[in-house]
Amino acid sequence: MSENILEVRDLVKHYPVTQGVVFKKTVGQVKAVDGVSFGLRAGETLGVVGESGCGKSTLARVLMNLEKPTAGSVVYKGQDISKLSGGALRRLRRQIQLVMQDPYTSLNPRMTVGDLIGEPFDIHSEVAPRGSRRAKVRELLDLVGLNPEHINRYPHQFSGGQRQRIGIARALALRPEVIVCDEPVSALDVSIQAQVMNLLEKLQGELGLSYVFIAHDLSVVRHLSDRVAVMYLGKIVEIGTEDEIYERPTHPYTQALLSAVPVPDPTQRNNKTIIRLTGDVPSPISPPSGCRFRTRCWKAQEVCAQQVPLLEIRRDSDHPSACHFAERREIVATHEA
Amino acid sequence: MSDILVSEQSAPGSGGSGRPSGRLLEVDDLRVEFRTRDGVAKVINGVTYHVDAGETLAVLGESGSGKSVTAQTIMGILDTPPGFVSGGQVRFHGKDMLRMSAEERRRIRGEGIAMIFQDALSALNPVFTVGFQIAEQFRVRRGMGRADAKKRAIEMLDQVKIPNAKSRFNNYPHQFSGGMRQRAMIAMSLALDPEVLIADEPTTALDVTVQAQIMDLLAELQRERQMGMILITHDLGVVADVADRIAVMYAGRIVEEADVYDLYAKPAHPYTMGLIDSIPRLDEKGQQLRTIKGLPPNLMNIPPGCPFNPRCPMAQPVCREKVPPLLQVGHARASACHFAEELVNRV
Repeated sequence: MSENILEVRDLVKHYPVTQGVVFKKTVGQVKAVDGVSFGLRAGETLGVVGESGCGKSTLARVLMNLEKPTAGSVVYKGQDISKLSGGALRRLRRQIQLVMQDPYTSLNPRMTVGDLIGEPFDIHSEVAPRGSRRAKVRELLDLVGLNPEHINRYPHQFSGGQRQRIGIARALALRPEVIVCDEPVSALDVSIQAQVMNLLEKLQGELGLSYVFIAHDLSVVRHLSDRVAVMYLGKIVEIGTEDEIYERPTHPYTQALLSAVPVPDPTQRNNKTIIRLTGDVPSPISPPSGCRFRTRCWKAQEVCAQQVPLLEIRRDSDHPSACHFAERREIVATHEA
Repeated sequence: MSDILVSEQSAPGSGGSGRPSGRLLEVDDLRVEFRTRDGVAKVINGVTYHVDAGETLAVLGESGSGKSVTAQTIMGILDTPPGFVSGGQVRFHGKDMLRMSAEERRRIRGEGIAMIFQDALSALNPVFTVGFQIAEQFRVRRGMGRADAKKRAIEMLDQVKIPNAKSRFNNYPHQFSGGMRQRAMIAMSLALDPEVLIADEPTTALDVTVQAQIMDLLAELQRERQMGMILITHDLGVVADVADRIAVMYAGRIVEEADVYDLYAKPAHPYTMGLIDSIPRLDEKGQQLRTIKGLPPNLMNIPPGCPFNPRCPMAQPVCREKVPPLLQVGHARASACHFAEELVNRV
C-alpha cells in the first residue's frame, strides 16, 4: 500500500451547452468535473461520495477513458491513459474495468451469461485462447458465487443481485488491477446489497484489486473504503482516510452530509443534531465564484466569494480540506463494531 | 382469521367483524392477487395493520414484499386487472372502503386519505403548472373561484416552504428541482386536509441532505395537523428517525409488528434480525456485514410453511409445514415466527 497505481492530476471535464439548430454555438460549459486530483494506491479502496450532479459518474467515465478529459491527466503506472489511442489504449484498458450501477440495463438481454462474460476475450484473446473460454467463464461464475451450470441462461432469468454478480464477473474477466465501481449496490435491496458488498471485499482480498468506489450512500462507502474523497459541484472538497473523514471531518459540506445520514437506531433520535442545508445545489453551468459551497454554507464570509479555497492540509485539519475555515467537528459518534 | 392479533389492545371481537372500533384506518386480513398469463401471483396474503390520528406507522420491506400494493389497495388505485382483491377489508372510520361505491371512495381520496409517491416527476402532470394542479383541487372539491383557489394554493406552497411561492405558482414541474417537486407533491396531497397520509418511499429518489429536509417537513406537518401517517420504505435509517410503530413485510405478509424501540433493540423475527444485521452503519467501524442468504420467494410459488423458511438460519421442520400466524409476543408486539418467544426472551 505505498505506490500509487493510478494518479489523477487536475482532471477537468466540461460539456458544451449549445444553442441553435443549424448554426450551433456554444453558450456555456457544464463544469461536471473541474480540477480533481487524487492517487489510488495498489490494493486499496478509494471511496468517492457526493450527491447527484457532483460529477462522480463523469469522473468514472473519464477514468475509464470513455470520455476524453478537457484537461488534466489520468496516469496508470506511468502512462497517461487520456493520451493513448488504438492498440496501446486497448492493451491498457485490460487493466482498468468498470462495474455499472444498473444491472438491468448494463447486460445485453439477447446474450447468454457465457457470451456476456466471455465477450472481453474476443478483444483480448491473449487472456484466454479460444478453446479455454467456456472453462474460464465457469471459473469466473464460481468466483462471484453463481452456479457455473447457469452459463447458458439469459440475464432475465436472474435476480438483481445475481445480475450485479454477472457484471462483476465480466469486469474481472481480463484480470484487471483496478476496478471502478459506479454505484454498484444502490439498485439492490438491503439484504442483497450486503451480499454484493461482501463479495467485493472478498475479491479484493483474493485478487489484490484496487477499487475506486463511487457511491452516494455514506454508510456503504465507510464500510468498504480505506480512503474517502468527498465531491461537491465537480471538485473534491475533502479527502482523507476513513477515520479522518468520518471521525474528524473539517469541511462544512462533509459535516452537513454526515449529519443528514439517518442512523438505524431509534435511541439516537434525540442526541444528534442535523446540520440543515438550505436551498439546492447550484447549477454546474455557472457555479458560484470562490468556494462553490458558499451559497449554502453557514460559515461563509467575504473571502469565500473571492478566493477559491485550495484542497490542502490546514491549521485545524490534519488532512486536505478545501475550506478557508476548516475546523474539526465530531458528527458521528463512532463505536467499534 | 381470528388468531391474528396485531394491536396491543385489540378488543375481543374487533378483528374481522367489520364493526367500528374507533380506529382511523384499518387494514384487516387483506388479500390481493395478480392474475397474469403465467399464473396467479399472491402478492398480499392476509395483511392486517392500523393507524391512528397523530401516529406514524412505518411499513418496512424489500421490493416485492407487497408494501406498495397494500397502499394502492387502500387508495383504490390498484391496477385491475391484473390486480384483484381476493379477501379482507380496508376500514376507514370503521366503514369498509372495498364495498363503497366509486363515488364514495372518491370523496375519501384527498380529504380522508391522501398519498405521496416516490417519483414526483412522474406523479405530477408535466403540461400543467404546479400551481394549477394544486388549485384544481380547491376549485373542483371545494367549489372555489379561480382567484381564491390560487390564493389557497400559494398558501399551501408556502406551508411546504417553497421559496417565492407566488412566482413559483406558474412554474411547470420540470422547472423544479427534485426536492422542490417532492414539496409540491406534499402540498398537493395535503391541500384538502386529509386525516391519513400515505407516503410511499417519499425520499428514496432524493439526496441525503434533501431527504433530511423533506422528512423534517413531513414530521412537522403531521404534528400540526395530527394526521395519521403510513410511511412505506425500505430504509431502516429513516424509519428509526420518524416511526412510532413498525410493520415488517415479507412475501405479502406482516412478519413482525412492534414499537420502534423494541424492534431495533430486540427483533422478534429472524427476517427483521437479518435486515438489521445486513445494513452498513455510518457510526460503526470494522463492522462485519451479515447477510440473509438466498432470495425472496417467487410470489407465484411461495414455499409451504413459513415463507421465510428457505432463507432462515433458525428453520426447523415445523417451519416447512405450518404457516406461523402473527401472534402477540410479550408486551405490545407481534411476530409471525414459530420461535418468537425464544427470540424475545433471549438475553
